[in-house]
Amino acid sequence: MVERAPHGTRAQLIMAGATQTLTLPRFAATRPATEESRAVQWLLIAIVLLFFAAFLLLPLAMVFVEAFRKGMRVYFETLRDPDTVAAIWLTLKTAAIAVPLNTTFGLAAAWAIARFQFPGKRLLTNLIDLPLWISPVIGGLIYVLLFGSQGWFGDWLIGHDIKIIFAQPGIVLATIFVTFPFVARGLIPLMQSQGQLEEEAALTLGASGWQVFRRVTLPKIKWGLIYGVILCNARAMGEFGAVSVVSGHVRGRTNTMPLHIEILYNDYAISAAFAVASVLSLLALMTLALKTITEWRAQRQFRRALH
Amino acid sequence: MRRHILPGFGITLGFALFYLSLLVLLPLSALCAKSFGGSLEHFWNAVTDERVVASYKLSFGASFVAALINGMFGLLTAWVLSRYRFPGRRIIDALVDLPFALPTAVAGIALTALYAPNGLIGEFLGKFGVQAAFTPLGVLIALVFIGFPFVVRTLQPVIASLSADVEEAAACLGSTRWQTFRRVIFPAVLPALLTGIMLAFGRAVGEYGSIVFISGNLPFKTEITPLLIVAKLEQYDYHGAAAIGFVMVLASLAILLLVNALQWWSARRTGHAHS
Repeated sequence: MVERAPHGTRAQLIMAGATQTLTLPRFAATRPATEESRAVQWLLIAIVLLFFAAFLLLPLAMVFVEAFRKGMRVYFETLRDPDTVAAIWLTLKTAAIAVPLNTTFGLAAAWAIARFQFPGKRLLTNLIDLPLWISPVIGGLIYVLLFGSQGWFGDWLIGHDIKIIFAQPGIVLATIFVTFPFVARGLIPLMQSQGQLEEEAALTLGASGWQVFRRVTLPKIKWGLIYGVILCNARAMGEFGAVSVVSGHVRGRTNTMPLHIEILYNDYAISAAFAVASVLSLLALMTLALKTITEWRAQRQFRRALH
Repeated sequence: MRRHILPGFGITLGFALFYLSLLVLLPLSALCAKSFGGSLEHFWNAVTDERVVASYKLSFGASFVAALINGMFGLLTAWVLSRYRFPGRRIIDALVDLPFALPTAVAGIALTALYAPNGLIGEFLGKFGVQAAFTPLGVLIALVFIGFPFVVRTLQPVIASLSADVEEAAACLGSTRWQTFRRVIFPAVLPALLTGIMLAFGRAVGEYGSIVFISGNLPFKTEITPLLIVAKLEQYDYHGAAAIGFVMVLASLAILLLVNALQWWSARRTGHAHS
């Protein structure tokens, strides 16, 4: 028997009072005993919506309000500015290198981890996750310590006139680090749940390893893969901390879009900063929309695997 | 152990290990080596410097409070999204991930514009004598923003998998809805809730981009630890930067271990088979 709470908090008393309506036959017909009363439901929904407004919706709306505060002309002038255009190109270029590399890694790691048993598998899975846990600033710092002028390979690089830190290769490396796990961690649970009966059947029918991957595995994991790539790309284009450490902040040369936002903002070009920010916000909203669609598809693939 | 039938084990594992070593393990070992590369005394001085200790307090303290706030609102949000039907639910559900998708620098300047003394919410708070931006409260707000999705996304599948019969049984035995929540539902979701809080905490400790704009970066007051690493680098104090970085990596590893333990507990409690 569940005993009554001896002394309730205010919230408890409100809840207890609300559930008293259960005994009224009028309400008992409309509400099962395992649901809260409509009043409580709407109260909780209201709290959640208020929290959303203050922490998520208003900041998002703020980006567009501030971006257009000085009018369309300033907005489009900012986006046409050569430094902005250079920042957009560098961001696209960085993502175009980092995302395919991490996707290849993710596929290889998922194949090895989900399809085979080997000692140290758990450790490997955790190591793949590690970059998500480490501060992005450290993601930049470690490459400075390797390739900077004071770093392990610093003298060698200077001798061969190769510049990695405070140049574009450093930005790509830092981006790869912070987006490292996204594809792999999306694929591993999916492939583990799907099993490998189809792959084994294809093999007995004489398919080569590559054919099995292309014709059997890839269609099975398609949506999970796209999901990981979308997340990886969003982070690659939006990364700030890690890239900031290795970039050197040279306008038009080593500035990605997030870094360009910082420079404009610190120059008190607030509207311009928000104009660039609005482009990245649109990218974020597109990412969310695509993510929702692929998540739904991936879940269908996942469920099909379970049945 | 089953025999390997599928091909490609050697090449995929080999490539994965090579890529991981080259891009993650080698650079991290450079961090370890560099942090102790000076003298041990220099390392100790760097990580126990007054200003650095003040930044630990802010980074870990604010992250902890933010994670707790996220635990509360995350549980509420996950519950409302899984159990109630209301207009706009799907949009709200999709928007939970906004802090994942929105670049941190964008979040930083947007939150600053909103919570600065002349901002929409900042002005409102000012009437009560509260200043949010450029104070520790600003740091807290940014950390609540970036940590929010973790608790919701960890809890949603667990709430969805709760079976209705235990709640029905509790109702039949005469418990109020609140008693059912406190004694039946809450214990079942607790491990996942703690996991989500820990994930939010882990993310918040290392956060940089969203904070540097809203915090004002005042030494001893609103300086977070990752910012001090950047400051040391700008002064070409590589050993100092590496030493503080090393401490942060150790903290991250501890959090990672704790999350692993929590997930194991969560899997046992809910009966979900995780790998």
